[in-house]
Parts: sequence; structure tokens; C-alpha cells
Amino acid sequence: MSEKLYPLKLTVNGKQHEAQVPSRQTLVDFLRDTLRLTGTHVGCEHGICGACSILLDGEPVRSCLIYAVQAEGCSVTTIEGLSLPDGTPGPLQDAFCETHALQCGYCTPAMIVASHALLESNPTPSEAEIRDAIGGNLCRCTGYQQIVEAVQLAAGKLAKGAK
Amino acid sequence: MKAAPFEYTRSATLAEACALLAEHGADAKLIAGGQSLVPMMAMRLARPAFLVDINRLDELKHVAIDGDALVVGAAVRQCVIERDARARERLPLLGKALKWVGHVQTRNRGTVGGSIVHADPSAEIPLVACVLDATLVLRDSSGASDLPAREFFFAPMITAIAPEQCLAEIRFPLWGGKVGSAFEEVSIRHGDFALVSACAQVEVNAEGKCVRAALGIGGASPFPHALPEIGELLAGKRLDDASIAAASEAVGDLIDPDGDLHATADYRRHLARVLAARVLRAAAEDAK
Repeated sequence: MSEKLYPLKLTVNGKQHEAQVPSRQTLVDFLRDTLRLTGTHVGCEHGICGACSILLDGEPVRSCLIYAVQAEGCSVTTIEGLSLPDGTPGPLQDAFCETHALQCGYCTPAMIVASHALLESNPTPSEAEIRDAIGGNLCRCTGYQQIVEAVQLAAGKLAKGAK
Repeated sequence: MKAAPFEYTRSATLAEACALLAEHGADAKLIAGGQSLVPMMAMRLARPAFLVDINRLDELKHVAIDGDALVVGAAVRQCVIERDARARERLPLLGKALKWVGHVQTRNRGTVGGSIVHADPSAEIPLVACVLDATLVLRDSSGASDLPAREFFFAPMITAIAPEQCLAEIRFPLWGGKVGSAFEEVSIRHGDFALVSACAQVEVNAEGKCVRAALGIGGASPFPHALPEIGELLAGKRLDDASIAAASEAVGDLIDPDGDLHATADYRRHLARVLAARVLRAAAEDAK
């Protein structure tokens, strides 16, 4: 039994991809199973946990709530696209390590994606703004406090770097 | 969790989308932001054979002031309204409601019209539409028709829309004069479905008396519940502790909430009274 396939062209982390996808394949499954970008995690698969957050044309969205075919012509950034060009961790990733903002790590890529989007639009967020930005991401280990501290630390470092 | 297989069409025009709905009827479903439909398809509570994608229809993405209405295309994303200067200035109530809608990630995809046609009884945008009695413009392949929001919602996820119709735009009435508004909600966590929500808009005159007031309660009835009785009760009165207490008491008598796992019927009624008083006080303060 073969399902009808639909053509898909999109850019992921700056690289163009072309594929044939079943209509019901979610974007997160396409990223993980076809492109093997397994940094984006699959949690609840119905838009509650936020673990599959990615940037779609620069905005954070849940990739389990978009069918891959819908991303035609779009630009996607995943956690793999947020490291430095030489592949080493970016400032947010470093900050997460420094403040112990992860334990099991399941929510971490999406937390970093959501925080990255926040700092792009608001480089000096208040604590409340940070909590709002990660409000759609569930973490069962940290109690969130260290995650907030990581974003504050990264914001501070990025501000210094910008001077 | 995977959706059942479906045929996918990315519509280029609204006429094309309506033609597909006319052809396939209840077997077809429109997808806009997909923030409610995709989970329902994942859980197979919905299994349309044809999915018609209206995300790229510029015809459904307009935001404009037209006379005394804020006109919002049905596929305008919630985040766009949050940032839109005209919406913020002319209808701040909508922005106040959107703060309670899901999370950043869902508001970046979710649409104003999608929330209305999904018709969750605890949803915020449908409540604003009912409280202000917005006009819903429905399109099908034979033309367009208008329906007041208060006649649109029947029961959870059951509305007046026919399978071949597409919600095209929402016309939120704009009030003149000294207007204030407020939206309040209690949920288990911020961004979750409301246990109960309340929404109010008031207009006061130079003497501080209420010219008109609109109040509604979400999450406590099978549909977003506009309570025009409260407007009648408050008209001509000063919005002080006594009149607001009387309105809050009346709210508890006008609704008939159900209890569930998350909140008993009594607790929902209690919340409705408390939140009604809170939004009326805040709206009166905002109108000053």
C-alpha cells in the first residue's frame, strides 16, 4: 500500500532540500526521519509540550502541528542551525550548560529555540518576558528557574559582545 | 499519533477553496493555522478525506478599519493582531484577550477565524466576538452572507457554519466615547484552556455613568456566553461597588455551568461571579 506523495522544497538551516512527502507527515517527522535532524524532539505530538519547537521563517512554532507539505518554500531553523559555524555551541547553548538549565535534556533544544527567538526580537527581556516566551515549553526536571537564568546569562553576554 | 491519510490541496484563491468545499462537502475540511485541527486529526477525532489549505490566501489576511468596525480576515494570525497598531489602538480588548490564548508558538500559527470556527467554549476570541456581537462574513461558492456572532455558536465545536462555507472575515464593532475593557481568566496553567474567563467592555459618559456595557463568560456554558442582561442592568448607572456587586450576583444566576475533572459546577459559578466583578471594575477604571 503506497500513499500519494507530494513534492516539497524548503530550506532547512540554510540548506535547500527537495523531497516527496505523504500529506499526513508532520514537519517534525520530516526533519527527524528524512533529514535525520534529530535535535528537534517529538514529545506529545499534539501541541502541548512544545518539545518540537522550531523557527519557521524566523518565528517559533510547533513542528508537530504543521504538515511537512505546508512548509513548501519556507525557511526552517532547527537547534542544529543555532550552533556556531564551526559546529561548537552558541552563546545560549553555553549559557544552558553554565547554569545547569537541563537535566534529562528532552525539552532543551526547544527551550533554546524559543529563547533564541525571544532574544532576536528582544535582546534585553525581563524575567516575566522570558517566562512568557518559554511558557509553551514543558520541562519536567528543572523547575524552570535555571532555564530563566540561562536566558538572562546569554542576554547579558550577547549584549556585551555587541558593544 | 498519526493522522489518517488525506488528499491535500493548497488553494490559490478563496473561490477555489469554496469550490472544493462545494464538491466534497463534509468530507473536506479547511486548514488555516491548524493549532486545533492538527491535534484533532492526530487523535483521529477528525479524519477529513480532503484537506484544503487556506494559509496562503491573501484574501483572508486583511486587517482594516471600515467605518465603525475593525475588519479582520479569517486567516490573520493571532500574532499579527497582537502587533497591529490599529487593532491595539481601536480595539484593545482583542489584544487583552490574546494574552490568554495559548503560547507564543501557537499564536504564531493560529488564526483569528480558526479559533472562531473551532468553537471551543472556553476560547477567548469567540468570547470577544460574542460580547461585542461581531459580524461573521461566511463565504461559499454562491456568495457571501453575514451572521451575528451571537447566533453562530451552538455547543462545543458545533456552529452554524455549513460544510461548504468558509469564514472569510470578522467585523468587530468599534465603540465611540470613553471606552474601557478588560479580560480575565482562571486556568490551571497560563495558556491552558480556561476554567472560566470573563470579558467586559464599557462606555461611560462625562458624569461617569455607564452608557453601555457588554459582558460575557467563557468556559461556563457550552458556548461563549454573552450576557446582554448585564448591559441592561448597568446602563445609566455609576459603575461603583454596589452596581458591580449586583451585576456579579446576576451573572451567577444567568449561567448554568457543568462540573468536570478540573472544576465543579459550583466553583465555575463562583469564578464567573468573581471574574465578572473583576473585569467590570477594570473596564470602568480603564474607561476613565
